[in-house]
Amino acid sequence: MLSKIARINLVSSHPEVYDPCDDSFALVDALLADRANLLERHPSICMEIGCGSGYVITSLALLLGKEDSGAYYIATDINPHAVRVTCETLLAHGCHAEVVNTDIASGLEKRLSRSVDVMVVNPPYVPTPEEEVGRHGIASAWAGGENGRSVIDKILPVADKLLSDKGWLYLVTLTANNPLELCLQMRKKGYASRIILQRSTEEESLHVIKFSRDLDTLLEANECMALNKTENELATESSPFTPFSIWKYGKRNFN
Amino acid sequence: MRLLTHNMLSSNIKGVTNGFPLRIEVEKVVEKEVDLNMDFLRNMFAKIEWKALVEASRTMGYSELPDDAESSMLDSDEFLRKFHHALLELHLEEGALVCPETGRKFPVNKGIPNMLLHEDEV
Repeated sequence: MLSKIARINLVSSHPEVYDPCDDSFALVDALLADRANLLERHPSICMEIGCGSGYVITSLALLLGKEDSGAYYIATDINPHAVRVTCETLLAHGCHAEVVNTDIASGLEKRLSRSVDVMVVNPPYVPTPEEEVGRHGIASAWAGGENGRSVIDKILPVADKLLSDKGWLYLVTLTANNPLELCLQMRKKGYASRIILQRSTEEESLHVIKFSRDLDTLLEANECMALNKTENELATESSPFTPFSIWKYGKRNFN
Repeated sequence: MRLLTHNMLSSNIKGVTNGFPLRIEVEKVVEKEVDLNMDFLRNMFAKIEWKALVEASRTMGYSELPDDAESSMLDSDEFLRKFHHALLELHLEEGALVCPETGRKFPVNKGIPNMLLHEDEV
């Protein structure tokens, strides 16, 4: 039986490229858990920002039934080694995605504006001194600056520009990134948000947030703005985390 | 890199206002067969800048696309086949994408375009 996600022994690697780790597995497990919704959605353009080893974009292509089902997969990374490794990983699984070596989505923003149906991002979220952000090589996979938010805060406006009218964004975050604040910020731009997976490891507590562009949320946000409500009032009135789901994980075999 | 992706890329250099389409410099073209999916082609047709695709495919040595296209042509199997071939089966393996305004070259190696900018271009 064909695997629905990338096989770890077929994932290519390089000393300067981040290997799949707990955060990558969390994102792929979240996508797998949301697979029925994704299939129903029939995305025609799927994009990963920061594809690293290619584990996530390959898994997305596999779980949606490869490219022949009719989607355009595009993956970007700022690290020149990572884009090569991603191509090798895709090839090893018989998948295809278009891979571009660029900073976030630079060069693609104009023509892909309001076009991306599904975006997946496992950003560099680790809190580090600000000067570590933007370094070459593997550091670009994790160095997130103050609160780990420097790169996330650059990606979200780009995601907002690229996502289609019913676009979905799956984002990996850490508790230190202040996911609640991220949700409130995206809500003001008209996105409903839901934590679809939470996982604690020895080192960190990870969340995968699913943001969906949603007209009702946009209208509500506009009304709130019109009433000049503060963020605190918004936060206490209704949590953007509802419905809130937590999966419990043990050893799982997806083959 | 497929011509679909070429159709989605623009020059991202600071100050460039007319960065699309990027001119293609060909060193090596590879053809890879892909199963034809009509729904996908119909979905993508609306997003494609047709003239840029025609020009790009001619640069890559394929001159079967008509100068103009409209959605009614998607009913023709022959048109779909040509559109499919130009959009998905022609890959720029080695070469460059050239900014139409500044002439700056973005290299394409092993099928991967490098859109990274130098510090003074951001």
